[in-house]
Amino acid sequence: MSFPLLTATAALPALGAIATAAVPAARRTAAKWLALLVSVGTLVLAAIQLVRFEPGGARYQLTESHAWIKDFGVRYELGVDGIGVALIGLTALLIPFIIAAGWHDADPLETNSSRWRPTQGFFALILAVEAMVVLSFEATDVFLFYILFEAMLIPMYFLIGGFGDRAHAQGDEAAATQRSYAAVKFLLYNLVGGLIMLAAVIGLYVVAGSFSLNEIAAARASGSLHMATNTERLLFLGFFFAFAVKAPLWPLHTWLPNAMGEATAPVAVLITAVVDKVGTFAMLRFCLQLFPEASKWATPVIVVLAVISIIYGALLAVGQRDIKRLVAYASISHFGFIIMGIFAMTSQGQSGATLYMVNHGISTAALMLVAGFLISRRGSRLISDYGGVQKVAPVLAGTFLIGGLATLSLPGLAPFVSEFLVLVGTFSRYPAAGIVATLGIVLAALYVLVLYQRTMTGPVKAEIQGMPDLKVRELLVVAPLIGLLIFLGVYPKPLTDIVNPSVRQTMSDVQKKDPNPVVEAAK
Amino acid sequence: MSSSAVHSLWTTAAEGKLGKIPAPHIEYAQLAPTLIVLGAALIGVLVEAFVPRRSRYYVQVFLTVVALAAAFAAVVGLAAGGYGTTKAHIAAMGAIAVDGPALFLQGTILLASVVAVFTFAERRLDPEAHGSRVDSFAAQAASVPGSDSEQAAVKAGFTTTEVFPLALFAVSGMLVFPAANDLLTLFVALEVFSLPLYLLCALARRKRLMSQEAAVKYFLLGAFSSAFLLFGIALLYGYAGSVSYATIADVVSGSVQNVDPALAGTMGNDALLLIGGAMILMGLLFKVGAVPFHMWTPDVYQGAPTPVTGFMAAATKVAAFGALLRLLYVVLPGMSWDWRPVMWGVAIITMLGGAVVAITQTDIKRLLAYSSIAHAGFILAGVIATNADGISSVLFYLGAYSFVTIGAFAVVTLVRDAGGEATHLSKWAGLGRRSPLVAAVFAVFLLAFAGIPLTSGFSGKFAVFKAAAEGGAGALVVVGVISSAVAAFFYIRVIVLMFFSEPKADGPTVAVPSALTTAAIGVGVAVTLVLGVAPQYFLDLAHNASVFVR
Repeated sequence: MSFPLLTATAALPALGAIATAAVPAARRTAAKWLALLVSVGTLVLAAIQLVRFEPGGARYQLTESHAWIKDFGVRYELGVDGIGVALIGLTALLIPFIIAAGWHDADPLETNSSRWRPTQGFFALILAVEAMVVLSFEATDVFLFYILFEAMLIPMYFLIGGFGDRAHAQGDEAAATQRSYAAVKFLLYNLVGGLIMLAAVIGLYVVAGSFSLNEIAAARASGSLHMATNTERLLFLGFFFAFAVKAPLWPLHTWLPNAMGEATAPVAVLITAVVDKVGTFAMLRFCLQLFPEASKWATPVIVVLAVISIIYGALLAVGQRDIKRLVAYASISHFGFIIMGIFAMTSQGQSGATLYMVNHGISTAALMLVAGFLISRRGSRLISDYGGVQKVAPVLAGTFLIGGLATLSLPGLAPFVSEFLVLVGTFSRYPAAGIVATLGIVLAALYVLVLYQRTMTGPVKAEIQGMPDLKVRELLVVAPLIGLLIFLGVYPKPLTDIVNPSVRQTMSDVQKKDPNPVVEAAK
Repeated sequence: MSSSAVHSLWTTAAEGKLGKIPAPHIEYAQLAPTLIVLGAALIGVLVEAFVPRRSRYYVQVFLTVVALAAAFAAVVGLAAGGYGTTKAHIAAMGAIAVDGPALFLQGTILLASVVAVFTFAERRLDPEAHGSRVDSFAAQAASVPGSDSEQAAVKAGFTTTEVFPLALFAVSGMLVFPAANDLLTLFVALEVFSLPLYLLCALARRKRLMSQEAAVKYFLLGAFSSAFLLFGIALLYGYAGSVSYATIADVVSGSVQNVDPALAGTMGNDALLLIGGAMILMGLLFKVGAVPFHMWTPDVYQGAPTPVTGFMAAATKVAAFGALLRLLYVVLPGMSWDWRPVMWGVAIITMLGGAVVAITQTDIKRLLAYSSIAHAGFILAGVIATNADGISSVLFYLGAYSFVTIGAFAVVTLVRDAGGEATHLSKWAGLGRRSPLVAAVFAVFLLAFAGIPLTSGFSGKFAVFKAAAEGGAGALVVVGVISSAVAAFFYIRVIVLMFFSEPKADGPTVAVPSALTTAAIGVGVAVTLVLGVAPQYFLDLAHNASVFVR
């Protein structure tokens, strides 16, 4: 038996989480370094996955399969396709930066309490989330995926509710109340989504008699499994509802601004760049593959909801006064693009959507982490509290600008490629949706540039005077992300090579062909 | 009565002619679990009478734990001997079934009881009174609260060691309850386990008036439900001419040959069957704590000494669901078209009612009481499945649930202030800051109650919902997940309180327990996580045990 690479990639952070939590209270710094080391080790394993993955090879590679709960028909089945391996790469890549960016976020304010170990807890929870997210990208068993999909809510919940901005002292009652409200809202929304999915998961088992993606696909292909139209649609809705809450899609999005606003910047990145990707990933892997007919049936409605997400998210981002909430609404707009790309049912759209998941992760991480550094300096999330930062802290302002430009999909930066693909892919099937969605780009330019103008340019505010520029640690976090944004913007081929074959397979699941070009050839 | 109907221990003596009473044939070895516990309970009574006061506690704890362990060993021995599967049969002249579900539930009850007895025996939590360590029970049950005699008893360092034999009596009744194979045995078992529980409820050391009020309430309502049950038994006897499960089932399915001439007027009268069946169900649903027979649950759970609450919530539920399963699957499968709609309704209002009302609770014990009501609803969903998976999933759920419950109530005993246990929720604020480990353990139990994956609560919930869906009760599953979502809200609220709120200056302290409570909580956590991550072995066990002998 070969080395279980997929299990190892998830097991390493899981064990790391336990080890980190067990570090004695006084050895806070050791816990941080341990967590960072583990996350880098996970990145190495993810890189090995990328290298060993053969684009164009078998659909699921590096597979593992073990009996788990026979009575439920559940197997511990793992396998990655191109989409999964790309997102595992993204996750493993971002976690070290998240840990480094949050280096001081969980230092206890009072040092007298010896038993309360927030620092160890913070980094252990991040690693626990990483383990579950990675495993959920690898799971090819619906039940296994469901368990992880639900279980990852718990560490996320503690991360949001337990650790606020350093700016607000821990004794601040109002901030604590808001934070626990945000955490509870996050958990309840996602739990309700997950429980509805649970009903659908059980329903799927009753109908298909298996949880294995491979078995269900084979049964479908051989014709031994036939779902009644209405059953398939109901099951599809059960699954899609949970993923739409997680993604989040309008009108199920309202937990995201609260959660991202109240959480620390690194945790906010963890939510939007990593955890939410499980939702969009699951739409591609489970909704389309398990319920192709129902997916096609639901497409028009979903595309409309996605377009609303794009425009609504962008409009609300324009109106925000809080930097972190602004990024949250921008993310809602971007998730609209991703979902639209998935359900446009064209290979360009789906390739674009997958690239978008990766690129949005990197660009949001860059923007949000710099915003977090800025907020930690001033102690306020309000845009109006800033002004003229670029004169005081030029490097901070510069990196903030690049992150912002990536968010508005400036050509030359990575998100442009994916956004373009999504729009082209959508336009060839749903021209109207494509046209309206393009407005989202215009609005993105508005909210990013206005944000930059208000915070970074203009006269230097009194409170900003003497604000320190990015420190070495912070620069080490931001610089590689920006480098990656530029690299993937200029040369996205490595990523598209991995993603495209898998997208074609997904397309063949739903038996959709790309629409023929309508331009008449010149005679 | 014809001889075919005479195969019950209860009717044999009454029917036989004087001087010709045949000695009943009793398979003592197969009844060993019950007999061991019952015998130990009797010895416990003698210990109370003859052993000096200062060493009673140790003798009683030792005796109780050994008896329960021996009974469990007997259950394992019987199961290993194949009595759960191939050799399953009806022992004691048709009175007691020795089969898979009975053995599985008896094993569960015994294990849960051992853990619960650990919490009974805990003597480190309350501060020492007059130089002697005390447990959660009244110094002297007979002394009036607040009276001089009570003070004298406290001063003398008395403890109510009678709780151990009482618990053993209750356990022996619970062991018979799910195994009872005729209606009279069912009734006697019910009384045998209920009466000691009424007493145990009244024995709290602190807040004695509340405890006694709870006991009276429990007793009165319990007596009502017993009366209903008994009346139902009488009506079913009128319908079938027998109290034996097998005969009643035969009459229901219309395959009975001999009609007793004395009962010819009523036998086969469907009105008797329907009313009688409904009344027996009522009695059982009362013990289970299903809406609308749940009114006693919150008051009794709150007033009873917390170790007793944990014991009651776990073991009583297991026993009562066992009896309910046997009744519905062995006696009344022929009329499932009649009882299924009713049970559907009961399950739905139980799930929703328990979950919704729990939201407004401010006392942790009442909250757990309503949560137990909601869980009763989930288990009922599995009961309704009427397939083999239904039985095995209910068995599994009961096993998983009882350990979470005992563990959770054991944690409740640890959080204390000057007035004893601090059960008001507001006092739990910030517990996670002060005692991270205790709060984390309690959070694990709450997450298991909420049915979060990787805990036993999820495995159990998945099992019953899957069985229900396969049994054609998809709508119940939908109601189930909705009420799970509602229930999740209040479990999470407690977690929020513990971890995200600032500790109050005059908040409660967490007592450091002895090894006994630590063991109880440890077992609870271990079972919760093992059944959550690797439930296969126990599912197999439940699966193999899921065939009722008829």
